[in-house]
Amino acid sequence: MKPHRQKKLAILIFISAGLAIATGLSLYALSTNIDLFFTPSQIAKGEVIEGQRIRIGGMVKEGSIIHAQDSLQVSFITTDFSNDLTVQYQGILPDLFREGQGVVAEGMVAGGVFQASRVLAKHDENYMSVEVKAAMDAAEKQRGTGGT
Amino acid sequence: MIPELGNVALIIAFSLSVILGTLPLIGASRGNALWIGLARPLAAGIFVFLSVCLLILGYSFVTDDFSVAFVAQHSNTMLPLEYKITAVWGGHEGSFLFWTWMLAGWMLAVGIFSKAMPDDFVARVLGVMGLICVGYTLFMIATSNPFDRILPLPPTDGADLNSALQDFGFIVHPPMLYMGYVGFSVVFAFAIAALLSGRLDSAWARWSRPWANVAWGILTLGIALGSWWAYYELGWGGWWAWDPVENPPMITWLLGTALIHSLAVTEKRGVFKSWTVLLAIMAFAASLLGTFITRSGLLTSVHAFATDPTRGVYILGFLAVIVGGSLLLFAVRAPLMKSELTFGPLSREVFLLSNNIILVVSSAAILLGTLYPMVYQAMSGGELISVGPPYFNLIFVPLMVVLAVFLGIGATSRWKKTSTEYLRKQLTKVAIASVLLGLVLPLVFTLEFSIGASLAVALAFWVMLAMLTDMINKVSNKDSALAGLKSLSLSYWGMQIAHFGFAVILTGAALTSIYSIEKSVLLQPGQSVMLGDYEFKFNGMRPVRGPNFVAEEGSFDVIKDGNYQRELNPQKRIYVASGNPSTEMAIDAGLFRDLFITLGDPRGEGAWSMTVYVKPFVRWVWLGSIFMALGGFVAISDKRYRRFRVKKESLLETAAAPVLQS
Repeated sequence: MKPHRQKKLAILIFISAGLAIATGLSLYALSTNIDLFFTPSQIAKGEVIEGQRIRIGGMVKEGSIIHAQDSLQVSFITTDFSNDLTVQYQGILPDLFREGQGVVAEGMVAGGVFQASRVLAKHDENYMSVEVKAAMDAAEKQRGTGGT
Repeated sequence: MIPELGNVALIIAFSLSVILGTLPLIGASRGNALWIGLARPLAAGIFVFLSVCLLILGYSFVTDDFSVAFVAQHSNTMLPLEYKITAVWGGHEGSFLFWTWMLAGWMLAVGIFSKAMPDDFVARVLGVMGLICVGYTLFMIATSNPFDRILPLPPTDGADLNSALQDFGFIVHPPMLYMGYVGFSVVFAFAIAALLSGRLDSAWARWSRPWANVAWGILTLGIALGSWWAYYELGWGGWWAWDPVENPPMITWLLGTALIHSLAVTEKRGVFKSWTVLLAIMAFAASLLGTFITRSGLLTSVHAFATDPTRGVYILGFLAVIVGGSLLLFAVRAPLMKSELTFGPLSREVFLLSNNIILVVSSAAILLGTLYPMVYQAMSGGELISVGPPYFNLIFVPLMVVLAVFLGIGATSRWKKTSTEYLRKQLTKVAIASVLLGLVLPLVFTLEFSIGASLAVALAFWVMLAMLTDMINKVSNKDSALAGLKSLSLSYWGMQIAHFGFAVILTGAALTSIYSIEKSVLLQPGQSVMLGDYEFKFNGMRPVRGPNFVAEEGSFDVIKDGNYQRELNPQKRIYVASGNPSTEMAIDAGLFRDLFITLGDPRGEGAWSMTVYVKPFVRWVWLGSIFMALGGFVAISDKRYRRFRVKKESLLETAAAPVLQS
């Protein structure tokens, strides 16, 4: 092999090795760092392992928000209109968190209650998160099949 | 009537783009001087007509013409004037017009600042940009016309601009980000023009570099402004969230960073040509992908616009055509880009190549994390997942550590060939000094040991001391230090400033992530909370009124070591038109630490929930970005980029080449 070809080969090997390591690491990082999304109905059916980190979404049920008077503890109920899920959260809720609006929360299920570590509300009047919309659609479908 | 004029101007701009995207390109390949000469006036014409569009849309906002659907959705009679004007980019349609106008602005700039280049080359560059502009204007006319009316019954008042956008950051961040983003289409057009004309040489690299650097510098500032704005406006105490819509600018930025380094090698040493062209295509594709992600609504994000699937399909199609077409051209023209490898295994070229690989790999990893939820949803039949910051940090942080290590070696190594002996001699002291400083400095200032902080400080010193060593070497070759400093070129200074900026960001990002503290509490008036060295005393709330909002304003005394420092006044606003609440945090900014308070909500007996933060070194992230951008601008002030070099023969040369001649 000519020397400059050898050099080219060395560079190619160098690049591919780098890429292979990076791809491997990325895939590993992905496999351990994704959060699955669940609806209140899926949780009611017991599809979730307690303690697993997940995301949930639904509508905040009217009149369900309870603030503790002496701490930052707050609880509210999310619903996809088929099933309800109580969410507990310690902290300050986002500006656009409201009754009757969509919400997404991160955390885990413990004893049938969702312990949220982060609560995300939508940022725009016209905008419903893909996740909440999916939850609504699923509930809608379920109600349709339940009726017949 | 006026908005219809805007529509007409938009259609004229589209028609001019079609001409610009065809005639000058054909002219350049056939050597038709008349058609080549059309490029500059057409580019100017497109700019004029798109400016008319923008002015008319602005006029509709200022005059509260709610019969225009876009105005009705994004404004309100009570909205302050500065936000009425900037609401032009407050939604999908208007922001896309603004984006297209930016492209026209760059085309105009290319037309003006290209006197040193051959006319046929300029015609090709502008022709390619004209084609991009065809895609953008057609997109607006077909799916997102900002001049659409609500007739016959227009609303009496508008729905108001999203309250989170009513802020200074909204005035500066989108224009800066768009300008930088769109600037990469210039570099892309240069690369495509080079492929078309067959002149991939160091002259081409020299012409491209100023544009690449300016676009990159502006994008750097745009991203930094976005980060700063999110930090003080959203009030979550962070400055970067790996949000799906923050990621594409970051991907573009990383590819752009790789590109400006690769261009430097192509200009100086005539190698890495095909790689540089590929990076230019990728950076531009990433900017289009950013548009696609923001406007298609496929991903959940704070930035996502209200959406319509046809738009996503259109942009994806456009992206496919542009990227597919460019790659095809790239493949056809690959033999042109052969270059002899004239460098050894230890040389500045190799370290710059490593820099490029690391940057491209990090952008690929971010892309993977950003698109993975979409792919997963499609593959699993609708299951939804999200990929959060832990993934991105796990990948990005180690890569940046490696990058910083290579930066130090690369900056001291020589072109062509560097001996291990030389590198060892140059860097041993630097390595020892930076490790020692990294271990000692954080301990001295914080009295607690942290591996992360030590590593970050050591790396920052490694980068800076290596730079300094190189500079001392260069200066000591000359008769006096002054003569030595004078002999350093502006592009060298630019590089040093930008790398210094990188070290500053590295330090700031690491230290603020490690040492930031926060506490959420419920306080009655008169109570206080301790956080770190600071005491925050809550004095109570009072109502205040703004032009279009009412607010509760809190009063806090900041006390350190028993001494009163200052008062902080966070607000909780309700925007009257939309009824939306918005939290305005109070910040005491400082070079070494920020203090800030954000209000939650009221409880019984005047008590409020709130979060207080102490964030050391957070400013350094943005300060470093400013240095980086400054470095990019200084580098291209170098006099070699202003030299006039008109080569008439290249026109004849390319005209004779049997390219595109049927």
